[in-house]
Amino acid sequence: MNLTLKIWRQTGPSAKGAMHTYPVTDISEDMSFLEMLDVLNEQLNARGDEPIAFDSDCREGICGACGLMISGRAHGPEVTTTCQLHMRSFSDGEEITIEPWRADAFPVIKDLVVDRSSFDRIIQAGGFISANTGAAPEAHSVPVPKPAADRSFMAAACIGCGACVAACPNASAMLFMGAKITHLGELPQGQPERDARVVSMVSTHDHEGFGGCTNVGACSDACPKEIPLDVINQLNKDLRHALTHGH
Amino acid sequence: MATNTLPKAGPVTARRTTVFMKLLMALSGALFVFYVLVHMYGNLKIFGGIEPFDEYALHLRTLLTPILPFGGFLWLFRALLVIALVAHAWSAFYLWSRAKGARTTRYVAKEAARVTLRSKTMRWGGVALLAFLVWHLLQFSILKFNVGSGAVNGSEGRLVISSFQVWWVVLIYFIAMVALGMHLWHGVWSASQTLGWAVSPRARARAQATATVVALVVSVGFMLPPLAILFGIVKGN
Ligand code: HEM
Ligand code: SF4
Ligand code: FES
Repeated sequence: MNLTLKIWRQTGPSAKGAMHTYPVTDISEDMSFLEMLDVLNEQLNARGDEPIAFDSDCREGICGACGLMISGRAHGPEVTTTCQLHMRSFSDGEEITIEPWRADAFPVIKDLVVDRSSFDRIIQAGGFISANTGAAPEAHSVPVPKPAADRSFMAAACIGCGACVAACPNASAMLFMGAKITHLGELPQGQPERDARVVSMVSTHDHEGFGGCTNVGACSDACPKEIPLDVINQLNKDLRHALTHGH
Repeated sequence: MATNTLPKAGPVTARRTTVFMKLLMALSGALFVFYVLVHMYGNLKIFGGIEPFDEYALHLRTLLTPILPFGGFLWLFRALLVIALVAHAWSAFYLWSRAKGARTTRYVAKEAARVTLRSKTMRWGGVALLAFLVWHLLQFSILKFNVGSGAVNGSEGRLVISSFQVWWVVLIYFIAMVALGMHLWHGVWSASQTLGWAVSPRARARAQATATVVALVVSVGFMLPPLAILFGIVKGN
């Protein structure tokens, strides 16, 4: 298939970027979206042009490194990650715009690569449990009800890709945070730090410059791991409880 | 990759978060929802004639009277509404400006980061409601001016009937009630989510259905008296 790509190019963090047009030909429908970009980069390399910078690591949908705004949809038209998106989801002759995630808390490093260390700082602020190392307790000594384990596991599927922020009209990271709050809050091990966790994570989130949530729901629609909107409900509820507990 | 830690601005407390702002918005919004439901019910009394309507207005002033002075309850409730309005508008503009600052470089693709139909008109619709509120209060509460030609003689009911015999007054109210309906369509569901009542997919569907019903009941219920007056069904004699 033949395609016209409009791609954001930006040489560095403070450089001014712009959209550039690249035609690509003879693309197989079985290629992944990133393989299609690899083909384009080989052609650019052969011509002596600077290849397009984009993030990827596992290329199997589990690391969250890849993430592109493809024709206005985070990770493109399917519910999956960009690396697991295949060219058969597009039609021959299509024009595709490719942009980096847009949020001031995710500054562009180069071309399509953004710096998501604001997510790491949110996790550092509270997305953990404290446990003694060395003498690990017997896992079965702390029973977890099946529904709680299931809900926790569902929320733990978040890969931190940032599509929720990219798709949100407020550039809010509540779905990402709500997933972590729900993941740890459903487990007995998550209880001692539960109040402090939500307050500290939300404070860091706000401080990093993400927007506030207005319950639009675009995040959940864009999430490759189908994290449901009710994790944000959980976050709101946990913050309200923390408030009544004097935090 | 090692990450650096930014210094925190000020103390970390729940009261300084965007989620707290949303709580303020939800609680003040919930008070408005209660208020507009009661207000709408009161307006429907015009279908019984001028007397029941004026009597209802009097009842609002005599509520809890042996304990409070005449009109006391009404003034307390008004004070509460004003506080709620300030909290509501303040949190709304705060979140609005934050959202603008959170994405200063926009997407090229028009489809990106768009709001849903349900939540589309919250911000400008909210501003429209604020403008309407000023007009509405001047017309029926503060100045009580009569744009129609009917006799009023100090009767609330006669003022209402005379006013809504004028087509453009009805049009203003019609536009405002569409805005209110849209606001509640997203607002009631959004407040449920903010207050933590939409904890499962089923509860979420229920909250969204409730929002649709409240929005329809309020906007249609408010529009019935003006339309009935305009088309001569309610004449007030
Ligand atoms: C007077 C002018 C008003 C302004 C400027 C205003 C503005 C807003 C804004 C900007 C939002 C946030 C929307 C979002 O989530 O993106 C909001 C939410 C809301 N509004 Fe209003 N509004 C007004 C009046 C009202 C009235 C009269 C009612 C009720 C009858 C109401 C009920 C609500 C509710 C329930 C919410 C949802 C709170 C939440 O998100 O948790 N508002 N308003
Ligand atoms: S919640 Fe979904 S969209 Fe957001 S970071 Fe996690 S996996 Fe990505
Ligand atoms: S490269 Fe790991 S999720 Fe796409």
